[in-house]
Amino acid sequence: MNSTVQNGREVRYARRKRVNAVATALSMAAMAFGLFWLFWILFETVRLGLGGLTLTTLTQMTPPPNDAGGLANAIFGSFLMVLLATFVGTPIGIMAGIYLVEFDSKSWLATATRFVNDILLSAPSIVIGLFVYAVVVTRFKSFSGYAGVIALALIVIPVVIRTTENMLQLVPSGLREAAYALGAPKWKVVLSITLRAARAGVVTGVLLAVARIAGETAPLLFTALSNQFWTSSLSEPMASLPVTIFKFAMSPYENWQALAWAGVFLITLAVLGLNILARVLTRNKS
Amino acid sequence: MTHPPPMKAARSGPLADRVFGWVAKGAALFTLGMLIAILASLTVSAWPAISKYGLGFLTNATWDPVKEEFGGLVMIYGTLMTSLIALVIAVPVSFGIALFLTELSPAWLKRPLGTAIELLAAIPSIVYGMWGLLVFGPLLATYVQQPLQTAFGGVPYLGAFFSGPPVGIGILSAGVILAIMIIPFIAAVMRDVFEVTPTLLKESAYGLGATTWEVVSKVVLPYTKAGVIGGIMLGLGRAIGETMAVTFVIGNFNQLDSLSLFQAANSITSALANEFAEAGEGLHQAALMYLGLVLFFITFVVLSLSKLLLAQLKKGEGAKS
Repeated sequence: MNSTVQNGREVRYARRKRVNAVATALSMAAMAFGLFWLFWILFETVRLGLGGLTLTTLTQMTPPPNDAGGLANAIFGSFLMVLLATFVGTPIGIMAGIYLVEFDSKSWLATATRFVNDILLSAPSIVIGLFVYAVVVTRFKSFSGYAGVIALALIVIPVVIRTTENMLQLVPSGLREAAYALGAPKWKVVLSITLRAARAGVVTGVLLAVARIAGETAPLLFTALSNQFWTSSLSEPMASLPVTIFKFAMSPYENWQALAWAGVFLITLAVLGLNILARVLTRNKS
Repeated sequence: MTHPPPMKAARSGPLADRVFGWVAKGAALFTLGMLIAILASLTVSAWPAISKYGLGFLTNATWDPVKEEFGGLVMIYGTLMTSLIALVIAVPVSFGIALFLTELSPAWLKRPLGTAIELLAAIPSIVYGMWGLLVFGPLLATYVQQPLQTAFGGVPYLGAFFSGPPVGIGILSAGVILAIMIIPFIAAVMRDVFEVTPTLLKESAYGLGATTWEVVSKVVLPYTKAGVIGGIMLGLGRAIGETMAVTFVIGNFNQLDSLSLFQAANSITSALANEFAEAGEGLHQAALMYLGLVLFFITFVVLSLSKLLLAQLKKGEGAKS
């Protein structure tokens, strides 16, 4: 009798151990599976990207099919639009973040803004493109760099709001109270005490926002459209790296595809670089 | 000492404060207004199509720009089907990754592995798309689709899913690429919610002799249920709204003749990306705007659900600690 109980226990114990071993193995396999794609994608990007990358890629304009050329106008367009969008979106994002923490953080407006912001953060970016098309492009009857800048700025705002809010919340209230006790007005407390204390985190947020919009294609498709030529005029359609990659990669021409790989390599490099920089910045802080 | 401080300096404080407050409040209102403006402008632009087709638009599979007859069923089916495939693949894998990162990984590996997974999330979707079209698609066709077809080709019902040309472009490829894209999102959220579980609970279970799997399935998972579902919803929201990765590999072909997963198809986002810039003003554009509105509505519902579920976990956390 006793031995059968003992036996049953051992059987059950062995089964539990087996189940655990299987679960552990599957978990490790899942981790390997996740990393496998990362390395494969990075490997192909570097291999095919470096293959298509030459000095002329950076200096020449986008070519017609089966002709030599580069991506200079697309890189410039992307750079210009991302830069302007960051300058437009960041102040709005930071101010809204300040409102959520330093002003009525429990009011209905703050609660609603927080909720809406979370939705906008993950909303399909192509819908932002449709919105800007309906509001800006149809009004001015032309695709333009301005429309692209607005679309990208609308994507920057939620990212900056989220990080600003999180970072400001980490600032100890003792700092604020000390400043108030010295008689500083609120705007001064916020701008030169709390915001300053949260500086590294806020900069991280802006970097992540830049990384996000640098690779965005969908909102530019029907706002900035594309342009075969160099232009620095924002009222004309403007080329951007992601839209050019899209156009070139879907084409059957080999030189276009090679250029698209070079563009993909440049974008991946820039985006991953920005992400790693942002991580390094916050790590120093903590 | 009896002199009050100069009035000017004393006054500049409150005025500057008020202006600062207005600007901050204005920025918050702007964000709120953005959502309303998006909804309003999409509805206005889509109105010709809405008033003509009504809700029948959602169940009509004809999409014919030449005859000006539009129905969104093909795209809606494509969006939902690709997202479903993505979830089926991504949820178990993300769970495994989160389990590994919270319970199994040695401490020194946690950070680099977590960072690697987060970097996977940062890669722009156009990179996934191009890689999917030119590198992954052909391999999928040769090593997955053709064997599946030979294995299930003759089986009734099941065979229908695997019929069609195995060329590496279509619903299955789009679903797989989407899965790779949303794995890091779901895994990151799951890891964060798993870490919410009080160490005391877990250590009690380990102390009673529970195995790692038992701790995760009987302590961690019940405790974080709402958060886990919230994370899955977040991934689903991403998958539904993803544009470039899907547009590259789905084939952009308006058909709904078979259940085949190998057939080229279309999704809401890829139809918008491909047709919108060329669509003439009028009914075609309005129909596309209608699709955009449907897309925004679906993601809005999914993301709101995800947010509510994640918030529920936070509330419980506050009550128990």
